[in-house]
Amino acid sequence: MADNPQKPVAASRPLSPHLTIYRWPFTMATSITHRATGVGLTVGAIVLAWWLVCISNGPDGWQAFHAVSDTPIGLLVLFGLTWSLVYHFLNGIRHLAWDLGYGFPKQVAERNSVIVFALSVLGALGIFALIWTGHGGYLQ
Amino acid sequence: MSSAQTPLHKVEGMGSSHSGTGHFWHERVTAVALIPLSLWFLYVMLGLAGTSEVTALQFLAHPWNALLMGAFVSFSLYHAYLGLQVVIDDYIHTAGTKISLLLICLLGVIAVGVVSLFAIVRIAAL
Repeated sequence: MADNPQKPVAASRPLSPHLTIYRWPFTMATSITHRATGVGLTVGAIVLAWWLVCISNGPDGWQAFHAVSDTPIGLLVLFGLTWSLVYHFLNGIRHLAWDLGYGFPKQVAERNSVIVFALSVLGALGIFALIWTGHGGYLQ
Repeated sequence: MSSAQTPLHKVEGMGSSHSGTGHFWHERVTAVALIPLSLWFLYVMLGLAGTSEVTALQFLAHPWNALLMGAFVSFSLYHAYLGLQVVIDDYIHTAGTKISLLLICLLGVIAVGVVSLFAIVRIAAL
């Protein structure tokens, strides 16, 4: 096999500064969070597949799912997935706006980062608040 | 200077990746499709929260709902694979590990997709 062209070079010469040298602006945090939530949502797709399989198994399957999802850890995972979906959704729209050329100025990008973070937390809390206050289950 | 590219390769304009902007474009198309599908999915999850398996079964057995759930799962998994591919490309620099991880992800999303779609069909047939 040929030498790996991307092999890290030993730093015996001056190198341009990498990620670690910068203080963390909001835009960097939103960027890596988009990735993290994306990977998290892939795990969420596995949970969704399991939920569908459980439903297809009838009453026993439904109970098997809820035996796990109704535990504190299960609820925490579901909340994490809900927040991840809301965050990835909102920040994804931001990405699509960038593709169209909008939202690049420094101050705008900083402001939108804060807005996306705030809205995603509020959105996820809102969804769980609706369920806890009995506003869910309207498909019955 | 003469080029090493064949005339066909030049007209195709795909560059060294052989796929051009295909990856970028597919990621965007699935993202746009997932905007309404995700809103529908949240509406369904909220609507089924705290109900019984009969409600979930009846809801998913309806053809339109089965179709939308199938579309949500399929677009999500394709979008997920395209995203995972970028993460692997960015962080893994050893050819063997990279190819293995890409294969695991590809086979993984196909497996999750097949299982999900089969479950949806099974619910409809119940």
